[in-house]
Amino acid sequence: MTSTLTISALTKTFDGAKALSDVSLHVAAGERVALLGHNGAGKSTLMKIILGLIAADAGSVSVCGAAPGSAQARAAVAYLPENAAFHPALTGLEQISHYLRLRGESAGKAMEFLDRVGLGHAAKRRIGTYSKGMRQRVGLAQTLIGAPKLLVLDEPTSGLDPVSRRDFYSLLDGLAADGAAILLSSHALTEVEARTDRLLILSGGRMVAQGTLADLRREAALPVVMNLTARNGYTSDLMAALPAAIQFAEGLRISCRQQDKLATLAQIAVLESKIADIDVMPPSLEDIYSHFSRRDGQ
Amino acid sequence: MIDRILATAITEAHIARRNRWVAIAVALMVVFSLVLAAAGSAATGALGADRLSVTVASLTSLSVYLVPLVALLMSFDAVAGEVERGTLPLLLTYPVARWELLLGKLVAHLAILALAILAGYGAAALAAIVTDPRAVAGLAALWRLTWTSVLLGATFLCVGYALSSLARRPSGAAGLAIGVWLGLVVLYDLGLLAAIVADNGGVFSTRVFLFALLANPADAFRLFNLAASDATAAAAGVGGAAASIPLWQSLASMLAWPVAALVLAAAAFRRVVP
Repeated sequence: MTSTLTISALTKTFDGAKALSDVSLHVAAGERVALLGHNGAGKSTLMKIILGLIAADAGSVSVCGAAPGSAQARAAVAYLPENAAFHPALTGLEQISHYLRLRGESAGKAMEFLDRVGLGHAAKRRIGTYSKGMRQRVGLAQTLIGAPKLLVLDEPTSGLDPVSRRDFYSLLDGLAADGAAILLSSHALTEVEARTDRLLILSGGRMVAQGTLADLRREAALPVVMNLTARNGYTSDLMAALPAAIQFAEGLRISCRQQDKLATLAQIAVLESKIADIDVMPPSLEDIYSHFSRRDGQ
Repeated sequence: MIDRILATAITEAHIARRNRWVAIAVALMVVFSLVLAAAGSAATGALGADRLSVTVASLTSLSVYLVPLVALLMSFDAVAGEVERGTLPLLLTYPVARWELLLGKLVAHLAILALAILAGYGAAALAAIVTDPRAVAGLAALWRLTWTSVLLGATFLCVGYALSSLARRPSGAAGLAIGVWLGLVVLYDLGLLAAIVADNGGVFSTRVFLFALLANPADAFRLFNLAASDATAAAAGVGGAAASIPLWQSLASMLAWPVAALVLAAAAFRRVVP
């Protein structure tokens, strides 16, 4: 697959503070990539450099084979800013018509785009009367104009309810299937888990992890946690039999490495008669995300 | 290119209509023009000039204050407002050049201003012609006043865009706009007057003064309209200064200013980092 977006060794400094250091990444056509990081990790700065809104200090960026911000790149890239804002006096229809005209398309198609994001019913109302989620959808509608080759979406699902969020991701699936490269940012791994092909984690301006969720899970090698509930009176017996366990609320908790999981379970199975229940908990998405985003910087 | 400029112009026209700028500008110009037409008619009987020519002289003095004010009020928010609302970054990722955005705004705002000017002057002309059939003789002067007012408006719209880009906040831009209006339209002339009095016929009065008049778009506008029409000059009582400057010089100043202001605005807008 050809790379739609290629970034290498990108560095950006604001007033002496490093916003991005030595960041490299690529996004291929048809690929959905999630960019994760805390507030201030450098996500928005990275996106603004990709869009050509601000210049990098060092490193190179290629957007569809052109320089970021060049006419060729801008014609191929769509952007959804964080907290998309529009003039409150315009109606949704007028705003989308405006964006269509700027991309050289017929303004007559505006209604079609609003319908695609479920805003057809509010098309003739002023954006000033819209809710945050509705404004976000106006923002989303304008990213669909002109079949962009690269979509840069800054926290696209913030302000959307769970149903709209699912609709949003199915919209993205369709775009990716048509060959668009998608780079979207988010605070939370749980929001993007199943709907993206690859994850990038930025922390303190550095790229601390890249890969599929399975890759990251393996690389993080976080312990598996098991919670045991003892039958009445057997707590101390279990404690004696399982020296690694710690007493926790109503029961016991054991942490073990991924590769020791089966051996530990075998050890527990022997004690079956003394155990009322067991829960095995793999590391959560939040645990994995925290593992990477705290390793550096914080 | 034309499509993108028109796209911006259409959207700006929608916004101006919703924000009542069209209604406000037209109402202001019509009311003030009619008041002047009515007030001017009282004293003309003995002067010998037709009623419209006298009204044009009054309108010239009015427009030199009102047109720049309305233009600055319409334009001060153009860039700073986009920055504050957070709409600028998205707009700048579209395949549209910054100067195209400015030109689109200018087309819309200038069309509204021209509409207001036409409505105001038209109302005054109608009032003059209805009461004095000789007034048709003044139509040429009124037409000259109309297109020069549009040029003056274009200059101050572009000055407004430049201030809006420099200030980056609407409140700051509004303050700058009022300051520039006061400075160029009101205080500038007072300053020149003070300088002439102090200079007492020296180098300033003989050489610098006329150049200083031409350098100010509002003064160039006044000079051109007064010099072009003897009747209005006589009525306005400032024929002296107007007569000593050739017509082409004030015309050149008026034509050069909108272009210079647009270049200035584009340069200032280019420096805005979203």
